[in-house]
Amino acid sequence: MKSSVITFPGSNCDRDMDVALTKFGFKNKMVWHNDQELPKSDLIVLPGGFSYGDYLRCGSMASKSKIMHSVINFAKSGGLVMGICNGFQILVESGLVPGVLLRNKYLQFICKNVHVKVDNIDNTFFKNLDKKVLEFHIAHNEGNYFCTNDQLKEIEDNNQIAIYYCDQNGNTNDQINPNGSIKNIAGIFNKEKNVLGMMPHPERMIDQSLSGEDGSIFF
Amino acid sequence: MKVSAVITLKKDVLDPQGKVIHETLGGMGFNSVNEVRQGKYFEIDVKENDPKKAKDLVEEMCKRLLANLVIENYKIIETK
Repeated sequence: MKSSVITFPGSNCDRDMDVALTKFGFKNKMVWHNDQELPKSDLIVLPGGFSYGDYLRCGSMASKSKIMHSVINFAKSGGLVMGICNGFQILVESGLVPGVLLRNKYLQFICKNVHVKVDNIDNTFFKNLDKKVLEFHIAHNEGNYFCTNDQLKEIEDNNQIAIYYCDQNGNTNDQINPNGSIKNIAGIFNKEKNVLGMMPHPERMIDQSLSGEDGSIFF
Repeated sequence: MKVSAVITLKKDVLDPQGKVIHETLGGMGFNSVNEVRQGKYFEIDVKENDPKKAKDLVEEMCKRLLANLVIENYKIIETK
C-alpha cells in the first residue's frame, strides 16, 4: 500500500504520521503543499499541526493550497483520505466532510488521553476493528464539532458519525465531552465513507512503550 | 478603493469568547450588557475604482475564504 502525507507550513505531526505509516508497512511519501501533483497513493493523510498559524480560521488557508485541488479530486474519485486534528479542520474547510470545528467550549487547549467509541465498522477505515472503545490522544484548541440541524440529520441518516467521545465503558454523555462537540462527535465521514476526519491522533498510539497501541488499528 | 467587511457568528452558534468578554465586562462594573458576540473586521484595498465591482469582488472573497457560511454571516459595511 502506498500513502502520502501532505506537509503544510505549520504542520507538526507529519513526521509522526510518516513513522506510523512506515511501521505498519505503507510505502509513504511526504508531499509539500505547494506541489500540484499527488504521487500514486492508496491513502492521503492530512496531518495535525497549526497550518498557516491557524490564521483566519483553523485549516482555512491550507484548504485553499495548490495540492488540495488534487486531494479533492482524489477524494471525489473514491480515494481514501484521512485528516487528523488540523487535517480534520482542513477537511471541513475544503468541504470534503460536513460541519465545522469551533473553539473548545471552555476556551482551553486540551491535551490528554480520551476514549472514543466506534459505532460504524462498515467502512474501509474501521473494518478490521475488534473492539468498540479505543484510547486515543487529543491535543487541540478548536475541536468543538458543530453543524446545522439539517446537516446533523443528514449525517445521522447516512451513518456518517465515525467516533464519539465516551468514557472507558463506551458511555457517551455531556460530562465526558471534552470540547463541547455536538453529540460528542470526535470524527466524521463523508457520505461515501472514503474520507475520514477526526480530532484524536491515532499516530500517537502505535507503541506500547510510548502511550498505547490503539492507533495501530488504522495502519 | 477600500472595501470593509464584517464577519459575525450566526445567531445559534456558541461564542465562548464573547461570553467571557461579557462576564469580564460585568466584573468591571459594566452591568447593563445583555450579550457580547465577537466577530472579525477586514479592510481590503482592491485595484478597482468602480464601487459596485469592488463590492462584488469582496463579496466573492467573503463567500470563498473570509467567512465560513456554516457558522458565519458577512456584511459589506462601507466603500470609499
